[in-house]
Amino acid sequence: MIIGCNYSPGLALNAHMYQYTDTDQTLIDQRVAQFRRQTESFLKGQISDDQFRALRLMNGLYIQTHAPMLRVAGPYGLLNSRQIRKLAHIARTYDKNYCHFTTRQNIQFNWPQLEKVPDILEELAEVQMHAIQTSGNCLRNTSSDHLAGVCLDEIEDPRPYCEIIRQWTTLHPEFAYLPRKFKIAVSGATHDRAATQLHDIGLHLVKNDAGEIGFRVLVGGGLGRTPIIGQVIKPYLDKKHLLSYLEAILRIYNLFGRRDNKYKARIKILVKESGMAKFAKLVEQEWLLIRDDLELASERIEAIKAQFAPPSYEVDADQDTSFAQHLLENKAFATWVKYNTDDHKAPGYRAAFLSLKAPDSPPGDMTDTQLDAVADLADRYSFSEIRSTHRQNLILADVKQADLFELWQQLTTLRLATPNNGTATDMICCPGLDFCSLANAGTIGIAQEINEALDDLDYLHDIGDVKINMSGCMNGCAHQSVGHIGILGVDKKGVEWYQLTLGGSSENQAAIGERLGPSIAKDQVTKAVTTILDVYIKQRLEDEPFLDMVNRVGINPFKEQVYANN
Amino acid sequence: MQIIKDKQIVDDSWSYVADDEDLKDGDISVSLARWKKDKQQLLKSSGKKGVRIGPADSVEDIAADLKNIQLIELDFPAFADGRMFSHAWLLRGRYNYQGEIRATGHFMRDQVFYLSRVGVNAFSLEKTEDLPVALSNLNDFNVNYQKSIR
Repeated sequence: MIIGCNYSPGLALNAHMYQYTDTDQTLIDQRVAQFRRQTESFLKGQISDDQFRALRLMNGLYIQTHAPMLRVAGPYGLLNSRQIRKLAHIARTYDKNYCHFTTRQNIQFNWPQLEKVPDILEELAEVQMHAIQTSGNCLRNTSSDHLAGVCLDEIEDPRPYCEIIRQWTTLHPEFAYLPRKFKIAVSGATHDRAATQLHDIGLHLVKNDAGEIGFRVLVGGGLGRTPIIGQVIKPYLDKKHLLSYLEAILRIYNLFGRRDNKYKARIKILVKESGMAKFAKLVEQEWLLIRDDLELASERIEAIKAQFAPPSYEVDADQDTSFAQHLLENKAFATWVKYNTDDHKAPGYRAAFLSLKAPDSPPGDMTDTQLDAVADLADRYSFSEIRSTHRQNLILADVKQADLFELWQQLTTLRLATPNNGTATDMICCPGLDFCSLANAGTIGIAQEINEALDDLDYLHDIGDVKINMSGCMNGCAHQSVGHIGILGVDKKGVEWYQLTLGGSSENQAAIGERLGPSIAKDQVTKAVTTILDVYIKQRLEDEPFLDMVNRVGINPFKEQVYANN
Repeated sequence: MQIIKDKQIVDDSWSYVADDEDLKDGDISVSLARWKKDKQQLLKSSGKKGVRIGPADSVEDIAADLKNIQLIELDFPAFADGRMFSHAWLLRGRYNYQGEIRATGHFMRDQVFYLSRVGVNAFSLEKTEDLPVALSNLNDFNVNYQKSIR
């Protein structure tokens, strides 16, 4: 059976991102049909709760505090305007008019009805989207650099390899029931914006001594209860061996990863308990036996690369003078450009961040109206493409400098122009106790309090690059252990308490934050954060960023002040 | 007792002999431990031989004996134990095993498609009334991104 796909003109225009073939479309259509049957069997009582749990999780469906939660894949964060409009439609029709962007570049709906989920999936399939393997103990959505293909420090665009990995991971028959979830991230730039050292497998495109480009492979990183920084298992891997090497790691993990305790089941524990040398040897032995059978043909790589060819940039975009004029005349615009846009490899273009961290809105949330409007902006200003970032913001990656002023004005109206990208109010925050059945403590209320305390933009900008990450439980969805300031909600006899850490980072110099001291009460968290920032302001050297200062002085100066009154 | 074998519902000729039972004539399967212990005796008997393995067993242990084994049963203690999928793949892909590989125990009929793709060609379900549906589940997808066994 071959199902033809009807490409809309809107999709056909997006020739610079991967377009489904008939095979891709058939596969997700058949997955929808399969999930519909599974849901019907469950509702008729033909399969157990336990069985349906595994089947629905593998398709992104959780049963949460109030309702099911459906997590839709944003493949390596890349979306087009038609897909964004579909998300708006789903938010309006099946949910409470909003959705949530996650740290793994996915999209969550918090209020769908279980019986309607197959219909939602059918709608998603119409725009080449799905929820396959966004949850469960399987190979998850591959994440990547949100500035892939446009940043100045790129060695090679990672997205074609992400797509190759997406296809390889999707419905992989041998690795659908792993000991625990498994996440892969790919970075192609010198600056790691994809937190690759904190993934089960991290891949870096690197150049070897001969000038060829291949992968440095890291394994065993991860957050959650036992945060561990990944180690290099293969300093250089030829591109043609990408899939065979991944398969070798996965087979060893599938066979030998612990299944007796879910908190010790991630690959990081296997690597730690067996030791990297022994683990690497097992992988190498397995790899040598399979690598010739799974070689990636260079034609295949080139064909996928062609789908990510750069859009047709205007060659004289940098001749525009209005941009410089607006920067001079409008301080608010200049501030937004400084914080919420980034350099672009094409002259006269910039990447524009849409802040999903407006002071009074839950971090990462977007309404249907905002989604529709952003789709229009993407069509008008950025080749119909939108990206999600692992800090829960969106990006229009290809905006002409001449269009930035107009874009900023419209984003301001949409409340998506808060100039706080990379600052203390650009918090990563999980949904917390308000929505999540795993959470021990609330997060959104505290995020709002911190926002109110830091509402002076000049002060916020003076503090500069501070990454605050806050999770409502040990599972660490908001990556608190790698926040410059990490906040972890814990439950103490039914009361919400918060553990603070300092000095974490998910970038090149990845580090796990150090505990500041005993956990603190909910009404003291915001005060503690502002105290930490005050210590920084008073004791920093000239131009010294927050993280550098923490690394220089250690946690004691902060600790003394935070616990001064206790 | 009926099972699915090679995409058909057929009668099953095999019986499993538990470790504390005496060996008997006919087509019998035994645990890996029993196989190791009584291999010589088993090889002398007349019927076909099968070995039942669990997730913690290593298929390498029977690699040298595969020519004398006509059935390998992958006995699922729990459906989520994915080691069985790698065992099947290794038997076919690494050791070129040509005999029957059968899933038994607590697997789900929703798993038969993936199992068939890693080389399992027979399925003994907990409830025989599920056999027709399981048979149709073998056709859940007709497109794949990865190579399948056979």
